[in-house]
Amino acid sequence: MESEIQIRDLTITYGGRHHVVAVNNVSVDIPRNRLTAIIGPSGCGKTTLLKALNRLHDIKEGVQVRGHIVIGGEDIYQSRLPVFELRRRVGLIGQKPYPLPASIYDNVAYGPRIHRRAKGGELNEVVERCLRQAHLWEEVEDRLDSPAAGLSVGQQQRLCIARALAVEPEVILCDEVTSALDPLSSQKVENLLRSLREKYTMVMVTHILRQARRLADYVIVMYMGEVIEAGEAQEVFGNPRHEKTREYVKGIMAGA
Amino acid sequence: MPRDAAGLRMRKEAVSSRGMQALALGISVLFLVMLLLLLAKSRPLLSGYSLTEVLLSSHWDPARGQFGFAPVILGTFYVTFIAMLIAVPVSLLCAVYLSEYAPGRVRRMFSSFIGVLAGIPSVVFGICALLVFVPLVADYIGPWVGVETTGLCILTAGLILAVMVFPIVISLSYESLQALPIELREASLSMGATRWETTRKVLFKAAGPGMLSAILLGFGRAFGETMAVAMVVGGKNQMPSLFAAGQTLPSLIVSSFGEMMSLPLEQSALVFVALFLFVVVTVFNLLARWVEKRLQARWKI
Amino acid sequence: MNRRHLEQQVALCAMYGALVMVVVSLLLIIGVTVLRGGHVLVTRPEVVVTPPGPRYLLGGGGGFVHAILGSLYLVLPATLLASGIAMGIALYLQSDYTSRRTAGAIRNLLDALWGTPSIVYGMFVLTILISLQQRASLLAGIAALTLLEIPIIARYADAAVQAVPPMAKETSYALGTTRWENSQVVIRYALPGIATGVLIGLGRGIGDAASVIFTAGAGNNMPSGLLEGVTALPVLIFQQASSFYPSVREQAYAASFVLIVIVLVLNVASRLVTNYFARYIPGGR
Repeated sequence: MESEIQIRDLTITYGGRHHVVAVNNVSVDIPRNRLTAIIGPSGCGKTTLLKALNRLHDIKEGVQVRGHIVIGGEDIYQSRLPVFELRRRVGLIGQKPYPLPASIYDNVAYGPRIHRRAKGGELNEVVERCLRQAHLWEEVEDRLDSPAAGLSVGQQQRLCIARALAVEPEVILCDEVTSALDPLSSQKVENLLRSLREKYTMVMVTHILRQARRLADYVIVMYMGEVIEAGEAQEVFGNPRHEKTREYVKGIMAGA
Repeated sequence: MPRDAAGLRMRKEAVSSRGMQALALGISVLFLVMLLLLLAKSRPLLSGYSLTEVLLSSHWDPARGQFGFAPVILGTFYVTFIAMLIAVPVSLLCAVYLSEYAPGRVRRMFSSFIGVLAGIPSVVFGICALLVFVPLVADYIGPWVGVETTGLCILTAGLILAVMVFPIVISLSYESLQALPIELREASLSMGATRWETTRKVLFKAAGPGMLSAILLGFGRAFGETMAVAMVVGGKNQMPSLFAAGQTLPSLIVSSFGEMMSLPLEQSALVFVALFLFVVVTVFNLLARWVEKRLQARWKI
Repeated sequence: MNRRHLEQQVALCAMYGALVMVVVSLLLIIGVTVLRGGHVLVTRPEVVVTPPGPRYLLGGGGGFVHAILGSLYLVLPATLLASGIAMGIALYLQSDYTSRRTAGAIRNLLDALWGTPSIVYGMFVLTILISLQQRASLLAGIAALTLLEIPIIARYADAAVQAVPPMAKETSYALGTTRWENSQVVIRYALPGIATGVLIGLGRGIGDAASVIFTAGAGNNMPSGLLEGVTALPVLIFQQASSFYPSVREQAYAASFVLIVIVLVLNVASRLVTNYFARYIPGGR
């Protein structure tokens, strides 16, 4: 297994004096160009771990991140690369879609424009390619200039994925991306994620066990801020080694 | 006995709801009454002179029956414009810093700072302007640009107004930035935007309606501010110029009050000024509300 | 890459600049008032408790206790009246009493009245006085200040009443209370917000000169009756500030000091009140 992300001795705490340890001394590898699911009961630190992967905790006060995260050979908390360049390489899709207050076109073009990666006709191509990649092009082709807020929630979520693809990331983080969607839209988004996993290293947090079974190649199980098991999906689901994993997979553990 | 108690409760309920309704209605009526009474009392002026004549003429000499408001209206806009020119960028930058960059401690300290600034009476601003801004303009800024001035002038009035407008624009734009979901910032940052790019391209747009409304409200405040301006503007009804004494609509009322009682027509003219202020500021305030609602509905954020 | 970093740094510098400007201007205002006024109060502390002498504004000596008393006589009844009226309006704006549309319209109106320059209230009351052929008096001043304070207190009270959790109301209604009885529950919940509003209204009223300068009289006598003229601190400051006599100007600085202390005390009080009440409300802290 070729790993893209190596996490070593990662501890994340919230708050000052009476701080809460959200992620406790985690060391785990995440394989390249495959879809890794982080599962576990709610409040186990899944999302906290995920957001550490593109340094989103920087903007919150009182969050301390210690340890090392190496992505593509670069220790992101020690690197001299500017943080925005790191974040370009590691995209994030949130729980609920938050379209930028702009048109559909401008939403997708936002990233390339900032990074000066494309202009004019080239930009049109990028937008079209990303929207096609996100299986959204046919639905919005004729109204690229209308506000993104006018799309349905499911479409908005796919737009957010297209938007993230436009900056050509290497890693895509997905934080319970289907939790705000109806079943049909969820399925579309799942198909989309499946089609992306060949080209990108994908890390998704989910609390839906069946979704992880359907999509994941590799699984990381977290419990109380610690990684208790990590391995190939078949193995973890078929033959869990840790007792808690067994309970969780059977659906007994709280929050499943 | 229980039936009586029920009756009493019903009566209380009826009386209280009627009373509250009357109060709520009363405040609406008050608005109309203010408008109508001010209008009625400015009739003597408006029946003798046409509205355009009054608004466009530049001769002000009540004793000779000349009532031209042009210099004063221009003066008001001049002073307000100077104030907004300074206050808008400074306040917006401040609001962005507080909302997006400042650590919690600074944020809390500063917001109580702003609270204090908002509560300071305008005469105290006036005193401060007399003690600080007037000498500053007379002894430093004036000579620096090569103008001789007493410091009691349009510029000084604009400067002190800018300080008075800070708290409104800062606190309202801060609130509209804070109302934005953190996920919006995360989305933009995750595409590799810097925090400033996120602010400029996403947050300013999303919080735009709130900020615009803050600016309009600040404008209304500056436009109607009376005492501080009256203390430093110089009180001369002449066409406004940066370093010369001028007059604004509210300061005109205050400084002409002495003569007002003797000349009925001037009395009417000053009531007309109050009416003008009332209408302009109300329009701006309602516009601010409307802008916020309308634009917000459009982007649904 | 470098360009983007630079842009970020420049923006940050501009923000620091703006912050410094705002902080310096506030410190300047408080500092200057405290220094100049404090100096006068230290050397001539008696001005605070001395009534004005003859030819007071022409440097005739005496103090400004009449303005302090006048301010209190003006602002306390006005705040009391305005609070009562504002409470009624705020309770009426609940969905229990009126439709969303009406409430929205009244809120817009209150906002417009809040933003109305105080000189307009002054002129409004003055035109009434003139129509009734009355002279400026304490009563008229109270009326003008009441009008000025109603929208402020009403909007604060309204926000507080709207923030009362619906559950609290429903539980109370479920016990068979009438709307009026329920309002008492609502008031209890909304009390911190209402108290803040009252204190802010009070602060605004005590610092306002433009609404009372024509209506209350601005004379140099001790307050002597409801229909007699009085002066207020801010009005006095305004009159003295541009005086030719240094000794009169100094009194304005001292009076500003007193005024700013009152306003700061009110500000601190409103914070304390909010924190104090918040303890008694579930989820209030």
